[in-house]
Amino acid sequence: MLELKNISFGVDADEGHKEIIRDVSMVIPDDKLIVITGPNGGGKSTLARLIAGIEKPDEGRILFDGEDITDMTITDRARKGIGFAFQQPVRFKGIEVFDLIRLATGRKISAADACKYLSSVGLCARDYINREVNSSLSGGELKRIEIATILAKAPKLSVFDEPEAGIDLWSFKNLIEVFEGMRRDIKGSSILIISHQERILEIADEIMVIKEGRLAEGGSRDEILPGLMDTPSAVRECSMVSGNVK
Amino acid sequence: MLQMDEIQKRILREVADLHDVPEGAYNIRANGKSAGRASTANIEIIPREDGQGLTIKIKPGTKNESVHIPVVMSESGIKETVYNDFYIGEGSDVIIVAGCGIDNCGNQDSQHDGIHRFFVGKDSKVKYVEKHYGSGDGKGKRILNPVTEVYMEDNSTCEMEMVQIKGVDDTERTTRAELKEGAKLIVRERLMTHGDQRAISIYKVDMNGEGSNADVVSRSVARDSSYQKFDAVLTGNAPCSGHTECDAIIMDNGRILAVPGLEANDVDAALVHEAAIGKIAGDQIIKLMTLGLTEEEAEEQIINGFLK
Repeated sequence: MLELKNISFGVDADEGHKEIIRDVSMVIPDDKLIVITGPNGGGKSTLARLIAGIEKPDEGRILFDGEDITDMTITDRARKGIGFAFQQPVRFKGIEVFDLIRLATGRKISAADACKYLSSVGLCARDYINREVNSSLSGGELKRIEIATILAKAPKLSVFDEPEAGIDLWSFKNLIEVFEGMRRDIKGSSILIISHQERILEIADEIMVIKEGRLAEGGSRDEILPGLMDTPSAVRECSMVSGNVK
Repeated sequence: MLQMDEIQKRILREVADLHDVPEGAYNIRANGKSAGRASTANIEIIPREDGQGLTIKIKPGTKNESVHIPVVMSESGIKETVYNDFYIGEGSDVIIVAGCGIDNCGNQDSQHDGIHRFFVGKDSKVKYVEKHYGSGDGKGKRILNPVTEVYMEDNSTCEMEMVQIKGVDDTERTTRAELKEGAKLIVRERLMTHGDQRAISIYKVDMNGEGSNADVVSRSVARDSSYQKFDAVLTGNAPCSGHTECDAIIMDNGRILAVPGLEANDVDAALVHEAAIGKIAGDQIIKLMTLGLTEEEAEEQIINGFLK
């Protein structure tokens, strides 16, 4: 279980200090899939980065299974069981897909084990296992590999920052299946997805809406989703892809 | 069995992945003398009369054979210049493994300058692997100044892998190549310098024949206060294609100068150069930290991958 207590965060910009997150408190319970939505620029991704430790809050505390992790490094949080999938996955010259998955598991694994994770995200493992995680991979391929590293890490809390960004419609459908699969095996862990895709909101147990840095509303999917339909907080998949596929 | 001490054997493992006598033709030079030599039916190794080098003759049509000519130095204060000439017969396909390791525990500089000339026959294919390695904690410097000349006949291919990852204080590497019709040269250099090391790499490739092709790529990491210079000039004197690339990671107080040069003397010469120098991207470190690595472990993984 993750608890955010009165989290505030700002950055120094040319026009002075800019508040991005304002006094946000929330609980991500075990065995639940939570989606954080809200308009662009509202602070959703910043909140995800604060949870992973990439940013540190100016005020407030973060508790993970009751332990205060506010001052912990990214590494320590990862070792405690927090996984983070980047919105824009990072490329590495020379590091192969297999290396990245092996590092994610934190132990020596066979190529067959690594292939299992790639197959789960819809990649033909044999074709990808020895590919370098470099610019020869498309945005959609990188995204799937990024998600495969989270499956391999099997964290207690998986945080996905806009997993649908930069992928095509086919990959998106596959992505939903991956999340549904994770949802089935969620026992003892929790999933936090930053997204405003309706299809992702539909598989949430709970939905939180972040607007202008504040928690505007939060509750069960059935309570929150109807009010979000056709707003920027719940975008239909066809409007995300130009050239709609029939 | 080779007459070598433990230090020499350790260096031999580093530079040539050899635990003992290799298969095929070989000459192992230890502290200025031959510690073992063998020719084969197709590959003849002839020592020069002055003792400072070898002539290696590979018969036309020799396929899937290898030549190992590693050099190990474990005495402080040796300075030598060695001339090795390789004559690779037409239609051959061979692997040549060179490499030099210096262990210097003394206070005098140790220096090995290997002058290698390759005469690559028509339709031949050569893979050349050269590793440099230094160890020992003496004040004496470990210095390597290799000069490589490659003369490529029609439709020959030469793939050169040059590696220097650790322990060499000062290097000035010069590689010159002349390519005839349809000849193809591929160079992959991997370099890491640390401490106060200095490494200069100079390439001068002349593409003189129609359809010749050169691809010279260097990946390097400069740490601590080390200095690197990459100076690669491709000259296209015929319809040909050439590409040179320097991709470097800079760390600490390292310094790197990349001077890619292209000269086209034929309207159908297509030449490209790329050069990029920068520190490790912060996102790369963060990504690996989110997988549970420390910052130092993340850096190590990124560099290992980059230089792989």
